[in-house]
Amino acid sequence: MQTRNSSWRGFDWITIFIYLALVFMGWLNIYAAVYSDAHSSILDFTQRYGMQLIWIVFALILALFVLLIDRRVYFVFAYLFYALAIVLLIVALLFGKVVNGAHSWLQIGSAGIQPAEFAKFATALAIAKLTNVYNFKILQPKSLLQIGFILFLPAIIILLQNDTGSAMVYAALILVLYREGLPNWIMLYFVLIVILFILVIIFSNATVLIFVFGLTMLLFAIFGNRLKEMLIYTLASTIIGIVLYYSIRYTGYSLSTTYIVLIAITIGIPVALIYAFFRRIRLIYYLSLFLIMNTAFTLSVDYIYHNVLATHQQKRINDLLGIEDDTQGWGYNVNQSKIAIGSGGFFGKGYLQGTQTKYNFVPEQSTDFIFCTVGEEWGFIGSLVVISLFLILLLRLIMIAERQREAFSRIYGYGVVSIIFFHVFVNIGMTIGLFPVIGIPLPFFSYGGSSLWAFTILLFIFIKLDSSRLG
Amino acid sequence: MQLNITTDKKYIISGIILIFFIVLIIKLFMLQIVEQSYKLSASNNVLRYIPQYPARGLIYDRKGNLIVYNQAAYDLMVVKNQVKAFDTTELAKILEIPPEQIKDGFIQIKKVKGYSPYKPSIFIKQISSKIYAVLQEKLYQFPGFEVHPRTLRSYPHKIAGHLLGYVGEVDDEIISKNPYYQLGDYIGINGLEKSYEKELRGVKGVSIYMVDVHNRIKGSYENGLYDSTAVVGKDIICGIDANLQEYGEKLMANKIGSIVAIEPKTGEVLAMVSSPSYDPELLVGRDRTTNYRLLQNDTLKPIFNRALMALYPPGSTFKIVNGLVGMQEGVVYPTTRYGCAGGYPIGRGVGCHNHPSPLSFTQAIQMSCNTYFCYVFRSIIDKPIFGSVENGFSDWKKHVESFGFGKKLGIDLPNELRGIVPSVNFYDRYFRKGGWNSLTIISLSIGQGELGTTPLQMANLAAVIANRGYYYSPHVVKEVKGTDGIDPKFTEKHYTTIDSTYFNYVVEGMDMAVNGGFGGTALIAALPKIRVCGKTGTAQNPHGADHSVFIAFAPKDDPKIAIAVYVENAGFGATWAAPIASLMIEKYLTDSIARPDLEKLMFEGKLLDRHANKK
Ligand SMILES: [Zn+2]
Repeated sequence: MQTRNSSWRGFDWITIFIYLALVFMGWLNIYAAVYSDAHSSILDFTQRYGMQLIWIVFALILALFVLLIDRRVYFVFAYLFYALAIVLLIVALLFGKVVNGAHSWLQIGSAGIQPAEFAKFATALAIAKLTNVYNFKILQPKSLLQIGFILFLPAIIILLQNDTGSAMVYAALILVLYREGLPNWIMLYFVLIVILFILVIIFSNATVLIFVFGLTMLLFAIFGNRLKEMLIYTLASTIIGIVLYYSIRYTGYSLSTTYIVLIAITIGIPVALIYAFFRRIRLIYYLSLFLIMNTAFTLSVDYIYHNVLATHQQKRINDLLGIEDDTQGWGYNVNQSKIAIGSGGFFGKGYLQGTQTKYNFVPEQSTDFIFCTVGEEWGFIGSLVVISLFLILLLRLIMIAERQREAFSRIYGYGVVSIIFFHVFVNIGMTIGLFPVIGIPLPFFSYGGSSLWAFTILLFIFIKLDSSRLG
Repeated sequence: MQLNITTDKKYIISGIILIFFIVLIIKLFMLQIVEQSYKLSASNNVLRYIPQYPARGLIYDRKGNLIVYNQAAYDLMVVKNQVKAFDTTELAKILEIPPEQIKDGFIQIKKVKGYSPYKPSIFIKQISSKIYAVLQEKLYQFPGFEVHPRTLRSYPHKIAGHLLGYVGEVDDEIISKNPYYQLGDYIGINGLEKSYEKELRGVKGVSIYMVDVHNRIKGSYENGLYDSTAVVGKDIICGIDANLQEYGEKLMANKIGSIVAIEPKTGEVLAMVSSPSYDPELLVGRDRTTNYRLLQNDTLKPIFNRALMALYPPGSTFKIVNGLVGMQEGVVYPTTRYGCAGGYPIGRGVGCHNHPSPLSFTQAIQMSCNTYFCYVFRSIIDKPIFGSVENGFSDWKKHVESFGFGKKLGIDLPNELRGIVPSVNFYDRYFRKGGWNSLTIISLSIGQGELGTTPLQMANLAAVIANRGYYYSPHVVKEVKGTDGIDPKFTEKHYTTIDSTYFNYVVEGMDMAVNGGFGGTALIAALPKIRVCGKTGTAQNPHGADHSVFIAFAPKDDPKIAIAVYVENAGFGATWAAPIASLMIEKYLTDSIARPDLEKLMFEGKLLDRHANKK
């Protein structure tokens, strides 16, 4: 057993260096985003860059603190951290301050913190602890249920706080589960679900249902090697649909195409199941389940989209998917952000020379849209440097995770990778119009104490865990 | 086997991350390097070009009286995004408009090309200073609204609407043709405002500011390096005599017709009346469009500038021209006498009125004998040396055109008509080739037939005679302040094809017509101390009562004014046109009227009903 003191050498200094570089660049960009001739002093604490400097100092103290604590604390108290995070989330939900429509802020004195930020590393710790159990089999129903509980609990509370972006982060942890044994087909199904989600928003229900049905039939033909039966079944279903359509029209009633497709599927599945029972074709059971699940998913997404999501969220999604083009209205944020980044060109306009960000054309420019300043003032080169730094950091973290002997450290490491990856991709993606504006910060860059501290703790716990791997 | 899968997964996850990041980089590459439009959008976002409108040049008359000046007006602008809830009834009350118009205003601004909720749009144009004074104090209650000062034309004498023209906002067509103009700019649309637009408008300046997303000005761009200051429009001094112009408009009140007075020595237009006229104030500001439509729909066509655009036959005044051409061609001499027994006897004949016979050249002009000029005209056309009617006619036409007939005189006003002097081709088509001769076109000898002349051309004829053989292109503007002088084409003498010595006989005839006692056709035009020379005419009007025509100049030996008067449907020239011309001359030369009875008669004459009757 090595002592704490000797672990200084064991810290992964490459990671720490990249962290410091990102934090420093973030601060420079916050300064540029807020910069004006009236307040040019770097130590002006009435301005955000002044405040961020304080957050950074605190973050570094926190990092030191995290590194000094006995590594066993993170393992032993993982569930306690998790429970604490959940309690804070609930408190914020019930008593929190509303900022930008989200009940996500806890007021402590004059400062505010966002429990949602801290819930991320707590959840990563909890998942690591759970799956660390000897002989843990991820595909057992009990395991899936436990994992699901740990992931969904904070996600649902955050959703209730009306902070969709932060809730979506938990979906990224599927990467951890994938690494820990989730089979490829589940990853593929996950991708299919995402595709379905987008299709439902762009196309009508009925079209997506027909797509789902067609996909099921295709799988039947490919995996069951039963092209003939598939064609007969498809033809029969189509005829049922058409007959239904015209007979209902004949009676003078009108029924939406969605219902007609639904009725056809409802009639079709029992028929298929009876056929499967007599012919003993197990594939049909699975495919029926597949069809039912996807149909249910399609309908619920449609319902949620039209009846649960607020108009501005719908608009943002529509705007991104190109359904609506409203550059002065809801698309304004993204459009202005793209103008700022696009006007940067190859070399950028130079530090503090950005006009779009300086004159507030870009909304939330020191928080969620901090990357605009990078793009505008540092150009493509600067953007490339920043993205590369993040990429190197992530690949480095994967490398570190893989060299862990203990599952706990490795799993936690992948949790860190998933969370940072999701944030970086979604955040930069939304500033350049690749992703809906869901309002999550760029790790280490964006203005704000909670986000910076939470990412610092998230990262440094892993550095600490890694440093003592030899012990 | 199990091990293999896990190591694979490490690479798959790294691969996924790499692919996603490459997607980000590709998209950034497209955005920052391939796509150029964002760079343009960026500067549009940040830079705000605020035009600095120069004051339009003022217009003075020849004596330095101001006839057009600028008056402050204010455009109420709105930046849609900065508007907060406000009391619409209150704003409507201040602006003196119905409250619905406020709501409508917000709909209207969006229809304007280039509308942006982040930039000021014109909400209500041209608010008067009176309303502005009230609005200014309460403007703070209406966030998002701001006021931009503009100038509107104003007319202290309310005269010379046709001549001055008017100013209006540029339309899309003008903007597309001339890049100087931008939406919201003003431009001269007619009259002097149009022909001297470049001088009057000055040069717009621009101030470039950096603005933030709320359109708040953050400072001047590059310390004003690219700013330009507005250059005030140049003032213009007209040859017009405002008093004379006003007097002419009064004389022509309730009559249809035109007066054009020219200073023969310079070609400067002293007065140009087209009646019915209109108050130029009607075509200023917000009500311009409505009023313009009203004027346009008026059956008496007050918008129509008769001085430049109405074509009348010159009538008997044209005998002067034929006489001069005859003398130049050597077919008539001052001593040539023709008898007249009530008309020209050949062919279908041309009637004449009762006068002594036979008459000399001067007497023929004095008494306006039709017969005499029928002989003269035929002698020109049929002059043996030409060899044919066509050649003779072409020669006559060449002489006539040298007086400025059948072509534009080139006045510095838009829409001048060239008038009509028929050509050989015209008659070849009208009859047939070889199917016409001097007798067929005999009505030209007394200024009827296929002739069309504008009042301006007739005034120019008077100037030609006053100058004994030449004219300057008539022009309104005497001086553009701050320039070397007017267009050189206005200082160039245009000689007629007639030797100046022949003019003396015509001048004598015109003197006799006014001052010659018995037989003079225009005795009514005589003035006690000033020798007026004039010639009456009656322009045949196939649509109704003949038009009364009179041309004159005075004083005889040092002409200071040449004038032409047309009064539509007024019958003989001596009845209406001659007294009006005479009063104009008297007014101009003596600045007073010694014949109040005649003046009163003219002021009160109402000839509009004659126009109405003929319809
Ligand atoms: Zn006669």
